[in-house]
Amino acid sequence: MKDSSRLLSIYYTAGYPQLHSTLNIAQKLEQAGVDFLEIGFPYSDPVADGPVIQRSSEKALQNGMTLDVLFKDLKKLREHVSIPVFLMGYFNPVLQYGVENFCKACKEVGVNGAIIPDLPLYEYEELYQKIFEENEIANIFLVTPQTSEERIRKIDELSNSFIYLLSSNATTGKNLNVNDESEKYFKRIKKMDLKNPIIIGFGISNAETFDKATQYAQGAIVGTAFVRMLDESDYENKIDNFIKNIKRGN
Amino acid sequence: MSKYQVNQKGYYGPFGGAYIPEMLYPNVEELQKKYLSIIQEDNFQKEFNELLRDYVGRPSPLYYAKRLSKKYNANIFLKREDLNHTGAHKINNTIGQILLAERLGKKRIIAETGAGQHGVATATVCALKGLECVVYMGEIDIRRQAPNVARMKMMGAKVVAAQSGSKTLKDATNEALRDWINNPVDTHYIIGSVVGPHPYPDLVATFQSIISEETKKQLFEKTGNSLPDYVLACVGGGSNAAGMFYHFLDDEEVQLIAVEAAGHGVNSGESAATTALGNEGILHGSRSLLMQTKDGQVIEPYSISAGLDYPGIGPQHAWLFKSGRGKYVSVTDDEAMRAGLQLTQLEGIIPAIESSHALAHLEKMQVDKNTNIVVCLSGRGDKDLDNYMKYFGF
Repeated sequence: MKDSSRLLSIYYTAGYPQLHSTLNIAQKLEQAGVDFLEIGFPYSDPVADGPVIQRSSEKALQNGMTLDVLFKDLKKLREHVSIPVFLMGYFNPVLQYGVENFCKACKEVGVNGAIIPDLPLYEYEELYQKIFEENEIANIFLVTPQTSEERIRKIDELSNSFIYLLSSNATTGKNLNVNDESEKYFKRIKKMDLKNPIIIGFGISNAETFDKATQYAQGAIVGTAFVRMLDESDYENKIDNFIKNIKRGN
Repeated sequence: MSKYQVNQKGYYGPFGGAYIPEMLYPNVEELQKKYLSIIQEDNFQKEFNELLRDYVGRPSPLYYAKRLSKKYNANIFLKREDLNHTGAHKINNTIGQILLAERLGKKRIIAETGAGQHGVATATVCALKGLECVVYMGEIDIRRQAPNVARMKMMGAKVVAAQSGSKTLKDATNEALRDWINNPVDTHYIIGSVVGPHPYPDLVATFQSIISEETKKQLFEKTGNSLPDYVLACVGGGSNAAGMFYHFLDDEEVQLIAVEAAGHGVNSGESAATTALGNEGILHGSRSLLMQTKDGQVIEPYSISAGLDYPGIGPQHAWLFKSGRGKYVSVTDDEAMRAGLQLTQLEGIIPAIESSHALAHLEKMQVDKNTNIVVCLSGRGDKDLDNYMKYFGF
């Protein structure tokens, strides 16, 4: 992870809006100044996601997106994109692909890490940590306002890339409402002085929420708002503006 | 502890666990830490047993079905969960969980439902305790189980249509989990089956275990032997079967038979026979057997019975199947519907279509006149009259 602040990451779903649009969108995002990417691989039952990302996953599956297709699409990733790339998705598709095969394929195409919300700490440590580490694939953990300090310390110890801090306990796509409570939470985490950078996600949709989040963290992630923009027919021409609007405070 | 029960880490053999996003972790951890001590408390047990007796109407009878027995040349006993208040076994679990929710200080209850039986049982206990209730139900199920939707609404529950995916039980469960993520502090999720992250499979099985506890005593009174040769129950997620098997698990001479819904046939592409069609995977927070594509996408199941229309089974069932302790079979829509009509005409009992699946397996068993069989009649068929009428053209 780049040692910096105000890092902007974008989440989008692989295979959406078109089956093979993944790499093209990645290039456009890098050109627009995005610092790292989260590419979602779709699952039929995305319980942590709100309606917009659910719909993009459903459409991506209809388009024929699978981990096989994704890794083929990403084969030339590193010829075109140099910023860090993380894959994000649910555990069952990874389990069927084979955790070891998944980690190897990530390494082969140059993916830096994975965010798998429903792969819990305990199972990761017991069963999969070794495989991730052997392939130098970072596993990114989530932290919520309800996560205990003890558990955050443990997550910090097991992480070697960044910690994904949820702005609130919510599914994706609910707007961040910055109030005393969330500010207190962000400050509490900042004061813990963790060794890993903190990146805030969920509910970050525009310049205002991005600015707010990056007061307390090294960066923030925009997902739903970007995926919604991909619905528009000329989305390719709008990516640059979308990113500049979020980063305009720079 | 029995090798068929959950271990300290929340697993049954290789199955179970708590594969949940971090947002659900505090809720699930709280349950993991507290459920056993709460349900062992004297005041919990006292209130639970009183409600089961005076409100649910337990013990439910074990009925010797004379004409059915004659037809199959065996001794067939029906465990009458259909006679419970609200018409199915589901209330055993919701009574237990509402008492747990109260003791955890929760103010709001959410639930998923397929056939509507669990939704009704949840709305019922929420009315009983004056707690807010939101039930998620697939849009398709709302249409095919209209009387149950009306009952829930009448009891003051809010019924929310799940419109994603197949618009049935699996999707209702997704919506309930999303609700729980968004309401982590004041809400308890009453899962209706032996599925979900640990400790739910064990929690629900424990509350349903009253079924086999009573059966053993009742069978002893009737036959002088508390152990039958066979125990039969239908399996969607598997809660009535888990309760029916519970106290027989270590009596290895009792054959446990779980009957899944084959829909239009196991190989028809329209089925819910998980053990025949599924392999190891993760859904709704636990590792179990699951109907899925080779890419790990969950396959939409099909059954005429809304309560069995689920692409997985609980992790304990996956373990009973894999270890060979249980025999898992399936029957088609047609076989189940005929068995339901047969029971109606031989015994004057209209079974839920779910329970008709268990009854349909009797046709396929090799038995003699000394064979004692207990079938869990998990629910009554009032909610299914429309389906029966249409199917038989009455």
